[in-house]
Amino acid sequence: MKLSGIIANTGEWLSGSGPHDQIVVSSRVRLARNLKGKPFPGWAKKAERIAVLEEVRGAVEQLPEMKESFSEKLEDLSPLEKQVLVERHLISREHAAKGAGSAVVMNTAQTLSFMINEEDHLRMQAIRAGLQLDEVFAMINQTDTELEDSLDFAFHNDLGYLTACPTNVGTGMRASAMLHLPGLVMSEQVNKIINSVNKIGLAVRGLHGEGTEAMGNLFQVSNQTTLGEAEEEIIGRLNKVIHQILEHEQNARQILLQQRAETLLDQIGRAYGILCHAHSITSKEALNLLSFIKMGVDLGLFPSQSRLQVDELFIETQPAHLQKGLQAVKLGSEERDSLRAALIRAKLKQMQEPEIGKIPITPPTSNTTTSEES
Amino acid sequence: MFCDVCKSKEATVFLTQIVEGKMQKVNLCEGCSKEKGVNDPTGFALADLLLGLGAAQEIEKNPVGIRCPVCGFSQADFKKTGRLGCSACYDAFAEGLSGMLKNMHRGSVHTGKVPAKLASARRRSQELAVLQAGLVKAVKEELFEEAATLRDKIRVLELESEQESSTAAGEPVPMNRITSLPQSLPAAEEAVSAPKPRKKP
Ligand SMILES: [Zn+2]
Ligand SMILES: [Zn+2]
Repeated sequence: MKLSGIIANTGEWLSGSGPHDQIVVSSRVRLARNLKGKPFPGWAKKAERIAVLEEVRGAVEQLPEMKESFSEKLEDLSPLEKQVLVERHLISREHAAKGAGSAVVMNTAQTLSFMINEEDHLRMQAIRAGLQLDEVFAMINQTDTELEDSLDFAFHNDLGYLTACPTNVGTGMRASAMLHLPGLVMSEQVNKIINSVNKIGLAVRGLHGEGTEAMGNLFQVSNQTTLGEAEEEIIGRLNKVIHQILEHEQNARQILLQQRAETLLDQIGRAYGILCHAHSITSKEALNLLSFIKMGVDLGLFPSQSRLQVDELFIETQPAHLQKGLQAVKLGSEERDSLRAALIRAKLKQMQEPEIGKIPITPPTSNTTTSEES
Repeated sequence: MFCDVCKSKEATVFLTQIVEGKMQKVNLCEGCSKEKGVNDPTGFALADLLLGLGAAQEIEKNPVGIRCPVCGFSQADFKKTGRLGCSACYDAFAEGLSGMLKNMHRGSVHTGKVPAKLASARRRSQELAVLQAGLVKAVKEELFEEAATLRDKIRVLELESEQESSTAAGEPVPMNRITSLPQSLPAAEEAVSAPKPRKKP
């Protein structure tokens, strides 16, 4: 299967649905594995890396869940194609920078992806829409168990799965959720939340930028530690914290609606106005304004059918996605900014015009009626 | 160019230092350089940045000049990159790693998933460790009957693992403490077998 065929479609994690998917954009679990007795990719010689690549790629392609898949060596992908995969969170930036001896394999639904010879011999991840960490872990755990039959993973009786970096040793697992938190950012509570979550061995960071500077109000919550706890315990802890953040976000939105409704409507309305009429817009401005529109959809100000279109714009306005139809030419940033503006205008034109002005009495996102004293 | 630490923001702070004659470059974003307290561009190691402050110091707890016997990775390489060369490096640099792992994680022993084909071997090696500790104690306290029972159990387990490793494609990475039996074991065997004939007559 060709990459162009896969990236023509939105990934299941974006178009699909899941619990709390208004605030939790996606859930992801990644496992790091290495082959027994082989040097890690960063220290291996080219021939050793290529041998590992062949062995791992063969095993991955044999998996029943990978019957319909895309598999390519990094050296055979164009810089633009690699960047598209990065923007879809299917490979890491580090992996995109790799040359000979590295490969990527993914299924057509884009729910499972495998990076071969990134920092470790194999990094595999499952990703789905909404808050589904347990389901996503079950998926990748099963894949890992199937791979055990054909691959011998480096495993230490005391330290568990061995990884190139000691920060990943043990479970080799990084579980994360991407959250959209405009309410907490607007009410200036987000740094407080970040600090308290960081204290308990979990990390919150902006998807693009830190703290209140996070573009598009998108944050990623993940586990920091991998040794000393079983996979299920780590995910349980993460789930608990995400539910708390969710509740705080819902409360923050509720309070904004009750106390600062005019400001909120003004900002959503202005965002819509600018996006409908701009002819040049940077990625940063676009993400920040789209975040208001996304919240507007959550609050019922926009028809709910617009949700997917808005969510897609978060990805489609990223630099490489903008250019993916134009493989041959590399655009300058000014050209990209006008292309981005045109794309957004066209998409918003398809959407039913919102009724910004009527404040919903009970916003559909909120299931909490009590407002916190703050 | 992206920051070497968070890998998401544009690097604005560029540091260069010479480590053992080799030039090493680190690129950081504003936030990470502040967070890591890099105000002295000459006094840091990448290991500190990637693994947390104090990591380089921990690494230095390894015997000077040590290298991984399997892949040749050196302590300097570890300090420089914050990464290891191969699986065997975890044993080669165990001394420096143990403190670091303790600071970095919530525990020092893996309690999660075990590959199915290694599960029985791992369980056995854990049992063996317990039995061997018991044997040493029994011998010390001159409980020879108990020592004999323990020794027999150990032999059964060892035989099982020998059989399994000769048939299984992937033998487990042995735990350090079971590859070499305690020094006292030969003595224990003598002690265990010696009293037996005396009982019979
Ligand atoms: Zn940084
Ligand atoms: Zn090594």
